[in-house]
Amino acid sequence: MSKNGWPLYEVFIRTKSGLSHRHAGSVHAADDQMALDAARDTYTRRMEGVSLWVVRSDRIVASDPAENSAFFEPAEDKIYRHPTFYEIPDGVENL
Amino acid sequence: MNTTDALLAYVLRLGDTALVTGQRMIERVTGEPELEEELANANFALDYVGQARLFYAYAGELEGEGRGEDDFAYLRDSQAFRNLLIAEQPNGHFGDCIVRQFLFESFYVLQLEALAACGDRRLADIAARGVKEIRYHLRHATQWLVRLGDGTEESHRRVAGSLERYWRYTAEFFDGDDVDDVMRDAFGGPDLASLEPRWRETVAGGLREAMLSVPEDEAAQTGSRRGLHTEHLGYLVAEMQHLHRAHPGARW
Amino acid sequence: MYTQGLDQKDKARPAAGEETAAQQDAFQARVDAEEKIEPKEWMPAAYRRTLVRQISQHAHSEIIGMQPEGNWLTRAPSLKRKAILLAKVQDEAGHGLYLYSAAETLGVSRDEMVGDLLSGKAKYSSIFNYPTLTWADIGAIGWLVDGAAIMNQIPLCRCSYGPYARAMVRVCKEESFHQRQGFELMLELCRGTGAQKAMAQDALDRWWWPSLMMFGPNDADSKHSAQSMAWKIKRFSNDELRQKFVDVTAPQAEFLGLRIPDDDLAWNAETGHYDFGEIDWSEFHQVLAGNGPCNRERMEKRRAAHDNGAWVREAAEAHAAKRAARDAA
Repeated sequence: MSKNGWPLYEVFIRTKSGLSHRHAGSVHAADDQMALDAARDTYTRRMEGVSLWVVRSDRIVASDPAENSAFFEPAEDKIYRHPTFYEIPDGVENL
Repeated sequence: MNTTDALLAYVLRLGDTALVTGQRMIERVTGEPELEEELANANFALDYVGQARLFYAYAGELEGEGRGEDDFAYLRDSQAFRNLLIAEQPNGHFGDCIVRQFLFESFYVLQLEALAACGDRRLADIAARGVKEIRYHLRHATQWLVRLGDGTEESHRRVAGSLERYWRYTAEFFDGDDVDDVMRDAFGGPDLASLEPRWRETVAGGLREAMLSVPEDEAAQTGSRRGLHTEHLGYLVAEMQHLHRAHPGARW
Repeated sequence: MYTQGLDQKDKARPAAGEETAAQQDAFQARVDAEEKIEPKEWMPAAYRRTLVRQISQHAHSEIIGMQPEGNWLTRAPSLKRKAILLAKVQDEAGHGLYLYSAAETLGVSRDEMVGDLLSGKAKYSSIFNYPTLTWADIGAIGWLVDGAAIMNQIPLCRCSYGPYARAMVRVCKEESFHQRQGFELMLELCRGTGAQKAMAQDALDRWWWPSLMMFGPNDADSKHSAQSMAWKIKRFSNDELRQKFVDVTAPQAEFLGLRIPDDDLAWNAETGHYDFGEIDWSEFHQVLAGNGPCNRERMEKRRAAHDNGAWVREAAEAHAAKRAARDAA
């Protein structure tokens, strides 16, 4: 038996058609199919889903919070990417 | 036997097997090998209790004497129960439960599929709902059977023992009587003779994948259709009914 | 609450040295601004430790809490009640699972946490060390114990630690039926036969004081609340929550026609709250120390389930390894 038991899986649920999958939580499972069953039995008991993804937590590549400033702050001053940056005179429609 | 009596008897059998199966699963709550399995087991038990309630409600309508789900569940003695013998067997270990579920549900899913296409509309609707639940249970049980059969030496030895223990109760699935005949002939219900080879095929496939061999057919135990049970059912029923019976007429 | 033991138990020293004042100040500023702290972000070691202990105790409480209610599953007096109770006990397993998952984001594995529970190192809520002796206890637990729990859990949905707050949102959403079913169960008994009503009163007599103890020691004796408040892990003090619980529960008991077993309980028009009697803290400490009526049974049952499941967990791992090897070949 490995020291930390069955591996951890992250669970993503599509709550209804047309929406993207969203992180719901996690489960422990010995294999992929077990993870899928556990996700179903744990996170969709109240009709919360129409589709499930499970992925082993240790396979997720995540950005490092320590690098947040380098990763995300450079976007902050590119305000011209947003429509609210532009002034359109009253009376002009369909823009 | 008239067709309504046969239908009533048949529906009660289904209700009793569902309730007793659910009750055994309920006994396992808080004892599962891992937390995720607690969630799964409770889901399965809820499915069975739900099915029992639907079958009993329908039985009450068929009978027409004002009896409801709780009257059937709580106010009949164990000998009036018509659940399959395999359902009332004590739980044993996790592998026992998986093997029992695998053997029974491989049959039950076929039975429900046939009932979903039968000529009695109400029963067909209940069965169609049940099929979806049991297909998922069976997927779960089959996967676990394979994990345990193929897992370690100990797990293999244990589930081989479970298989040997429960096999004798499977012949009863197909040991039909006049009630089954009426269901088949008058309502287009399951034809047990044609279900059996399909069941054997499913079971053989699962066992093969789990590195287990199909046991010999010997010492079959039957009798539930006539109310001849093993000693275990009496205790299950006594525990289940005691509180309800201690307060006659009370509402809960 | 489910983590009531914390207030006395926290003897841990902050592992200072590594943590600069600037880091601490920046962290506190984020918390003060109601920003959520997420896994892997910098946090004070003591914050992490407090959370791990609190969340895991909360999880353990959910898991052990399945036992007293599970005790009546096979005997539930109607199929409807059986299904409701089963769904509720299952929710508790689910809530334990969500909470363990939240704690795991702090770098501790579920196996370690479970190990601490089984070894007796970790605590769980003392309320679950009381026995369920009659069916009415199921009603009392839903009405009182879940009622008390919800007082504490709703503010936790705004806890500063993101994964804990998110887990609590899910828990609270699911638990909304737990208290209602308990009250409804009690109501059915109180409107029922004389024997049923007596059963309900007896359950209230036994569960009232333990329910008040769930909120933990009085504020004056609760040493570490201030830090938890500053970190926005805790939003209200033990006494505030306890008072709120008494204020909402007393009229409900009256509606049921039941008597709360406290001679000092009385409405105080001046304060706008109910006055109530002093809790027997010696009983509280006895139960917390492991000497309650069911501490031993609860732990034995949990250990037995864990031990009996070992071969199953190993088998599943062995099969997964074999399958992976076959797939690789």
